Amino acid sequence: MKNNSEAKIAWTKKDLLGLEYLSKEEIGLILYTAGSFKEVTTRQIKKVPALRGKTVVNLFYEPSTRTRTSFELAAKRLSADVINIATEASSVTKGETLIDTGKNIEALKIDIIVVRHNCSGAPNILARAVKSSVINAGDGWHEHPTQALLDMFTLKEKIGRIEGLNVSIIGDIAHSRVARSNIWGLTKLGANVTVCAPPLLVPEGIEKMGVRVTSDIDEALRDADAINVLRMQFERDEAMAFPSKIEYFKQYGITKERLAKCKKAKEIVVMHPGPINRGIEISSEIADGSNSVILEQVTNGIAVRMAVLYLVAHARHKASAGVH
Amino acid sequence: MKYLIKNGRVIDPANSADDSLDILISEGKIDKIDKKLDLKADKTIDAKGKIVAPGLVDMHVHLREPGREDKETIATGTAAAIKGGFTTVACMANTEPPIDSPKVAKLLKSIIKKDALAEVLIVGAITENRAGKKLTDFKTMKEEGIIAVSDDGSSVDDEKIMRDALKEARKASLPIIAHCEDSKLSGRGVINQGFIATKMGLRGIPRESEYERVKRDIELAAKTSSGIHIAHISCKESVEIIRKAKQKGIKVTAETAPHYFTLTEDCCITYDTNTKMNPPLRTAEDVAAIKEALRDGTIDAIATDHAPHTDSEKDVEFDFAPFGIIGLETALSLAIMELVDKKVLSWPELILKMSTNPSRILGIDRGTLKEGSAANIVIIDPDEKHIYKKDTIKSKSKNSPFIDWELKGRVQAVLVNGNEIYSD
Repeated sequence: MKNNSEAKIAWTKKDLLGLEYLSKEEIGLILYTAGSFKEVTTRQIKKVPALRGKTVVNLFYEPSTRTRTSFELAAKRLSADVINIATEASSVTKGETLIDTGKNIEALKIDIIVVRHNCSGAPNILARAVKSSVINAGDGWHEHPTQALLDMFTLKEKIGRIEGLNVSIIGDIAHSRVARSNIWGLTKLGANVTVCAPPLLVPEGIEKMGVRVTSDIDEALRDADAINVLRMQFERDEAMAFPSKIEYFKQYGITKERLAKCKKAKEIVVMHPGPINRGIEISSEIADGSNSVILEQVTNGIAVRMAVLYLVAHARHKASAGVH
Repeated sequence: MKYLIKNGRVIDPANSADDSLDILISEGKIDKIDKKLDLKADKTIDAKGKIVAPGLVDMHVHLREPGREDKETIATGTAAAIKGGFTTVACMANTEPPIDSPKVAKLLKSIIKKDALAEVLIVGAITENRAGKKLTDFKTMKEEGIIAVSDDGSSVDDEKIMRDALKEARKASLPIIAHCEDSKLSGRGVINQGFIATKMGLRGIPRESEYERVKRDIELAAKTSSGIHIAHISCKESVEIIRKAKQKGIKVTAETAPHYFTLTEDCCITYDTNTKMNPPLRTAEDVAAIKEALRDGTIDAIATDHAPHTDSEKDVEFDFAPFGIIGLETALSLAIMELVDKKVLSWPELILKMSTNPSRILGIDRGTLKEGSAANIVIIDPDEKHIYKKDTIKSKSKNSPFIDWELKGRVQAVLVNGNEIYSD
């Protein structure tokens, strides 16, 4: 990194498990570093030798194309070698345990494990068991730190700051790791966060994370500088707290008419972690419209993940084993 | 062999004794208890500065034998009991196969006879295979020695079956121990429902799943004029329901476990699976309510719910790990630190909750130092501090959230039926 004036601290953590565990300064360092890497991704030759000789393993217990591809490209653009392992977690199969799998992968002399898992806390458990760096690529309903980081990076790029912004997160908050990571990150950087969900999808005690809670979509939109629209997963087996997709769209869908009513209708930034359900949580008009930054988020995901891979790989370990 | 225990602070709640006394033990019984006994004995134990009490009685343990000897056996479980100061433990019926017939009770009895270092009492299942569908034969199991019935680990969901069980238990003069949980409400939850579950992204177990069932079971006991004992109380609502029931004269007793007055759900935040138990760790408010209930007598007994699981079962994702922790070797110290030191209970009250009351609830002639009773005695150094290290655990399983904690209070000696027993 050439200009280090904005980032005054050094990265010391072995792992990136969640934004709950990071300081404001550490989040700032990731976003700053991502800025430098974004420039790399616009070059003709999109590759730097920062992680040459390092090996990154994508260990995915849940199907994911976009996050895995993004991490894979990020690692490759840093000249790391990348292995993808897709597997399935289960409490009943006699298969290898998470910790055994982690230790076996580590025995291959790799440097970083990027893990996606359907159980909350799996990356925390893995990180304690291995010496390699562990990056959480989404665990259960817990955290998806790189998604929130790329959301914040995009916001900063669009509006120039995070502090003081009114950001509303809309959708199934109860089952969303994207929501939790965004709440931690945004509140640490000084944004005013509102979460908006149907009453049964507001998890107990969420207000203690420092957010305003409402089930009224118009209230959530009124003063918003930006909104983050979550994917509604009607295929989820948790007792669906909402009658139908059409009804959801009617009550909570982000439409042109709805956005027109908010104070910053013109410049409001519309984000979505993808994949989008057109006509369920967001109308096509908005998803493809001028307020939407959905594809920029995807682009920024690579720069942010490059930053995270770079920082953990070059961590100045001072007795830092993750968060614990 | 004759033992003389001298100069100890002898606490015997059953006889309202708390005094510097000497005890002579002969032929397995307490022969004499008085001030300054200058008698000859084969061995004299100087208990100066120590507490001498009736051996602790744990009315709720899982010793896993038969069937899951990889987790615990009668031999290892009772070694843990002795180390923790327990001379009598009552083991629950969720073995493999479950203790739901005279045949299995008889088999277990033979293992106990061969391997047990402490007294092991057998709890029989309420329903066949603990499935909640069909009552077991309380009478014939009692002939093989069971001392109580419980489907612990599961609640009897069917109200009619629970009502019949209460009536049958009364007829057979067997205490009935209720595991109160509405499994429909707890669902696939893994920790207490609330802010901690929300921030960790884990499925919550609502407190209603415990207290609604406590309420139902107490109502059934009242309707059938039966007694009932409520296992492992963890939340403040359950405490209040039991308190009111006692005021109304309903024959209800209750126990809690040391983790419910020591830990809160905050301990779960590292996803350490040794903080996963059922019922789950609750909030600071619940801990305060549990302590108050111990103080005012709403909760009668402290039981460990000792639930051994192997490292390989626990070293997995939080969602996949089995519920439960071991407790026999830490219970006394935690009670000293959280209850006696914090002035919730006096020493005699603590012995009451850990020995005398559980004996009364189970209807056994233990928990007393009366002359002529079985010489089950624990000698405790109330002040000695030590670190609870994993490699010193006697239990076959090591699933404890208290590993590396500094504990206060240590068991110096244990006599079971007049013989000094060592856990090593």
